[in-house]
Amino acid sequence: MKNRLLWPLIALAALLVLNLVVTPSFFALRIQDGHLYGGLVDVLKNGAPTLLIALGMTLVIATRGIDLSVGAVAAIAGAVTCVHIGTSGDAGTAFAGMAIALVLCAVLGLWNGFLVAGLGIQPIVATLVLMTAGRGVAMLVTEGQIITVNNDPFRQVGAGFLILPISILISLAVLGLVALATRKTALGMLIEAVGVNPEASRLAGVRSRTIIWTVYVFAAVCAGIAGLMISSNVSAADANNAGLWIEMDAILAVVIGGTSLAGGRYSLTGTLLGALIIQTLTTTVYTIGVAPEVTLVFKAIVVITVCLVQAPKARAALSFRSRKVAVS
Amino acid sequence: MLKKITTAASVIALFALTACGSGSGGGTATSGDTITMGFAQVGAESGWRTANTKSVQDEAKAAGIDLKFSDAQQKQENQIKAIRTYIQQKVSVIAFSPVVETGWDTVLLEAKRANIPVILTDRAIDSDDTSLYKTFLGSDFVEEGRKAGDWMVANATGPTNVVELQGTTGAAPAIDRKKGFEEKIASKPDIKIVASQTGDFTRSGGKQVMEAFLKSQPKIDVVYAHNDDMGLGAIEAIKAAGKVPGKDIKIITVDAVKDGMTALANGEINFIVECNPLLGKQLMDLAKKVVKGEQVPARVVTEEGTFTQEQAKAALPNRQY
Repeated sequence: MKNRLLWPLIALAALLVLNLVVTPSFFALRIQDGHLYGGLVDVLKNGAPTLLIALGMTLVIATRGIDLSVGAVAAIAGAVTCVHIGTSGDAGTAFAGMAIALVLCAVLGLWNGFLVAGLGIQPIVATLVLMTAGRGVAMLVTEGQIITVNNDPFRQVGAGFLILPISILISLAVLGLVALATRKTALGMLIEAVGVNPEASRLAGVRSRTIIWTVYVFAAVCAGIAGLMISSNVSAADANNAGLWIEMDAILAVVIGGTSLAGGRYSLTGTLLGALIIQTLTTTVYTIGVAPEVTLVFKAIVVITVCLVQAPKARAALSFRSRKVAVS
Repeated sequence: MLKKITTAASVIALFALTACGSGSGGGTATSGDTITMGFAQVGAESGWRTANTKSVQDEAKAAGIDLKFSDAQQKQENQIKAIRTYIQQKVSVIAFSPVVETGWDTVLLEAKRANIPVILTDRAIDSDDTSLYKTFLGSDFVEEGRKAGDWMVANATGPTNVVELQGTTGAAPAIDRKKGFEEKIASKPDIKIVASQTGDFTRSGGKQVMEAFLKSQPKIDVVYAHNDDMGLGAIEAIKAAGKVPGKDIKIITVDAVKDGMTALANGEINFIVECNPLLGKQLMDLAKKVVKGEQVPARVVTEEGTFTQEQAKAALPNRQY
């Protein structure tokens, strides 16, 4: 297990070292207006939504599923909240808006769960429905406009600080809760069992349908909270761009973290590392000044390298060589 | 052989067209000459774009043109799909704002073969074959960049470090606004662009890039953002860094949408170059002419100005978008 996390950890360290070499001030931290300020803090703040969505995605993938609709769900959450807040500046309206949005997201998760567990539709197809339609719903809610709000309590979710960014504190709290709920009880093992063989686990008495249903609802609620962070960070709901392609980032984070898309065993720490790698990569591009024309190629090379060294054959070759070195 | 097939195909297409025409001619008097327009919009990536969309939709209704509207969500493949659908539906005219500059020859050739005139709005394409479209209606982005550069040159005191927030990589406004700006500041070696990254024309993009710039660049005097939304994102990042936008770091943007104008009037932005999205009326007039077969100029430029903070305060109450 430790060996699995070694390569993502090395990749993350390598990216950070690259930043340190090119811009030594990257690691500089100072207190600004009562909170930490610096490049690393930005990575944590901007990586929080990806981490949260990747957490939900990890559990979905562990059941041998996938949820492509998370980006659209995030957009809906931001849109509903901002439309509800409107021109109001008080905390009550903000919390009511966020509550409505999250309940709606849970309903969308139920819908995904219904398609996958209830009707037995392939997860990739079932969630594709909401991926396309969901953004349309968000556009309808905002009437195609960018809704700008001026509400301080809402601003705190994505842009606020309690020494550290509030958004990363929320994501880490969810990570802690998931770790407790799945590793300290049998839930984690049941999820893995469903992923390895849904039919066998059902025959063994595991309520696989309920479990599948639960992970999709959880993924949708995570996406909803992430959507609140994204729109709160700029105090605006942008139905077209909020959470665009974030499902791909989340899936990538899960895969980099060593969880197999074939279901079964999953790693929450791996997902945390994966999400951090992806955000560090984006921040690195801006910090070291990679030209926009080659940004995608740069990112692709890093991702391919990380995936390659994790491939079983590459790992076997690498460990064989190191053993030989150790012997000689 | 190929020629024969194409001729045959166009004869069939022509036959189908006349059949359609005579069919609707039997209905009410007006429906016979109703123009249908297929409009493939880039997306709704900014307040500017939604104002542009609204203008096209409202003016089409006012002009009695049947509008088929599609939103490409900033993806070229979606736009190509939409244009192909319009060709199959045999609309009278296709109008679109190309997401990026290149890669349009094949699909526009299909439209040309189907005898459907094409009007480009807002953004140009990069193609040697100018017969692929009838006219290009839109702003002169290079000129917008020059206006921003002029203000920079006139207001710079001493060495000035500029960071640039570019639009979507490869998009015409991003390329041209960069070009025009660089052209003008070239005369003053004191003014330097020290960093330039894409913020994808969005607020989150502008904020994230600006956050990184604030850490990696020791001295930033001016932000030049290719649209208001990225500028608004940059304002948030500058505030979080404990600096005052508009004073410690000056901000120049392009577009002049309502949120941008509000920030300008509040002193958080220093100068905005206008890019007028309300081109619906001009577009409908051109479409009518093109469908009738009248000659239209190959390039129609929309009228635009610039705003300082004082001008913004005066103009803000009457701003439509």
